[in-house]
Amino acid sequence: MKYLDEFRDPSIAKALIGRIRSSASRLSRSVKIMEICGSHTVSIFRSGIKSVLPPNVTMISGPGCPVCVTAMEDMDRMISLACGEERDSHIIATFGDMIRVPGTVTSLEREMASGADVRVTTSPLDSLLWAEENPEKEIVFLGVGFETTSPTVAAVVKRAKTAGLANFSVYPAFKLLPPALEALLDGGDVAIDGFLCPGHVSIMLGAAAYRPFSSKYQKPCVVAGFEPLDILLGISMILDQLLNDKHEVGNAYSRAVSEDGNQNAMSLLLEVFQPCDAPWRGLGVIPSSGLGFNDAFMAFDAVERFGLAAVPTGSDPPECACGEVLRGVTSPPECPLFGLGCTPDMPIGSCMVSSEGSCAAWFKYSGGG
Amino acid sequence: MNLKTDRVLLAHGAGGKMSQALTERIFLKYFDDPALLMLNDYAVFEVPGGRIAMSTDTYTIDPIFFPGGDIGSLAVHGTVNDVAMSGAIPIAISTGFILEEGLLLEDLEIIAGSMSAAAGTAGVRIVTADTKVVPRGSADRIFINTTGIGIIPAGCVIGGQEAKPGDVILLSGTIGDHGIAVASSREGIRFSTVVSSDSASLNSMVSALVRALGDQVHVLRDPTRGGLATVLNEISVQSNVGIRINEEAIPVREGVKGACELLGYDPLYLANEGKLVAIVAPEAADNALRVIRSDPLGGEAAIIGEVVRDHPRTVVMNTPLGGHRLVDRLSGEMLPRIC
Repeated sequence: MKYLDEFRDPSIAKALIGRIRSSASRLSRSVKIMEICGSHTVSIFRSGIKSVLPPNVTMISGPGCPVCVTAMEDMDRMISLACGEERDSHIIATFGDMIRVPGTVTSLEREMASGADVRVTTSPLDSLLWAEENPEKEIVFLGVGFETTSPTVAAVVKRAKTAGLANFSVYPAFKLLPPALEALLDGGDVAIDGFLCPGHVSIMLGAAAYRPFSSKYQKPCVVAGFEPLDILLGISMILDQLLNDKHEVGNAYSRAVSEDGNQNAMSLLLEVFQPCDAPWRGLGVIPSSGLGFNDAFMAFDAVERFGLAAVPTGSDPPECACGEVLRGVTSPPECPLFGLGCTPDMPIGSCMVSSEGSCAAWFKYSGGG
Repeated sequence: MNLKTDRVLLAHGAGGKMSQALTERIFLKYFDDPALLMLNDYAVFEVPGGRIAMSTDTYTIDPIFFPGGDIGSLAVHGTVNDVAMSGAIPIAISTGFILEEGLLLEDLEIIAGSMSAAAGTAGVRIVTADTKVVPRGSADRIFINTTGIGIIPAGCVIGGQEAKPGDVILLSGTIGDHGIAVASSREGIRFSTVVSSDSASLNSMVSALVRALGDQVHVLRDPTRGGLATVLNEISVQSNVGIRINEEAIPVREGVKGACELLGYDPLYLANEGKLVAIVAPEAADNALRVIRSDPLGGEAAIIGEVVRDHPRTVVMNTPLGGHRLVDRLSGEMLPRIC
């Protein structure tokens, strides 16, 4: 297919795989590369890249799946909007896999089966339409995602303000990528040689956003798209840097990612939201890694509107290794629950819920059962 | 699954692992007839003078009209195909309607007309019908049940348990057309290439295959809910064999590929309503391909893989990069990607 098949060309792939094998043999040591984004994880499994890499190059999934990193307390508060006495007066709008993430006692999917009005959408704009169609109800959009999706939600909030929609709000559980990477490496027990940086987040952030990071931690960072050739090129560029003892920012996705990113989208984002401390599943609270509403848009904050900060919440199940998996310290099959208590059909940890979660991808494409 | 506390979820109806668990934990506990326990989409049983195949299915779809068809033609095609996958010649179907108060009579008439036309094309009679109307909110506009029967030619032994190592796997055409046609209609997503459902009756193709190949046809299956991945997994378990397929050989329309990229879907798991998987003896593979391609619905047929002794009860796919990966059953419902 035009613009896609070109990036899946088997002959170019074989040449890149040859280059990777050659570099890996010259490195003569084990190399761990973290693909930060869940879309990379899925593409690596789906295209069979994992099965063609040399044995001394290991890909590790990072904390870049928005569903996986949503904290239990955020899930419990979001779910509280869909159940209880106010259930009939709320419409909950959310993206894909969020409905299946378990909270402490239930999930949005289970509340749907009990009668809650939870709607999966591909566009936050739909929730404005529902707000207009249902003036007697409160429409709450569950805002998850990284820099890729949050600017779109910011645009929707602006539009809601312009339209004077009083029955629309957003639960802000967004995450920012750079602070999470810093927290990851500051953690100490993480042994990663290089980072494959996500294409779509980088379209917004720009490749320059990783420069302070690569220089401070002396790790190669290469931005890559999601097609098999993009990923193979990214891996090859990281190995080249390691061979030459370099730690720079490379761009294997220059057809989409510029040096400075999408400044308009980032300005819009910061007009509506501002960085705030945020809880990450398994990683704890990371300073300035989330987004809260700016004062001018506080009326659209579902946490304030519904007093959700006071909702009691639970904690992650003690056996669940999602935190270690997200930090790349533990591989999914090493989790004691993997494939036993925790499967994609009956997930315990969030990494097993999302189709882009590292545990779910391992289970689906490597045979977890 | 906790039967005391859990409720039915939408994912229980998606055709994947949860559907299987529901069937095993509840229905098979009480419905243990040997014909049903074969777990094909049809039952085969002896009657004086030969064998007949019987199948039933209930159709609920949103939207009820979609590019390439509607719920009425779908209800006929689906049951005709389920009967035909036993190798039988479908002869008659029954139909039952559950109508929601408020459904437009004009829509009902279009659907009935569509069913009549689909039955005429397939050469089956609609011989008995039933109608119930439920209060507004108790159903989603219209649900249709169809049950079909067909006569199995003498000597024809086809079933999910008949795949043998060395057999060749054929697919009658592109996958995912129905799933994307319905999803894009439902979500209001427009693509530059309009994808139409492949909804169609396959009984002519099956008859031609059975006539030409006889007992060299081992398995026929239409990959509906759960898609190609799910039916290949089902067959690998039923026959206790491994299945190996080649990604490059599986035909997928450009429009379907593009929509899958956008939505984060995998075409292997998308529903089809006018395609079949045929598993045949290796010496019959070329002839089977020629027969399927000569049918008006099989022009894009392809050989996509083989049955192997290795990795029994598992489906593995070779990727264009020279790698391979597991193809599992669908888990839960397919949901659009977040980012």
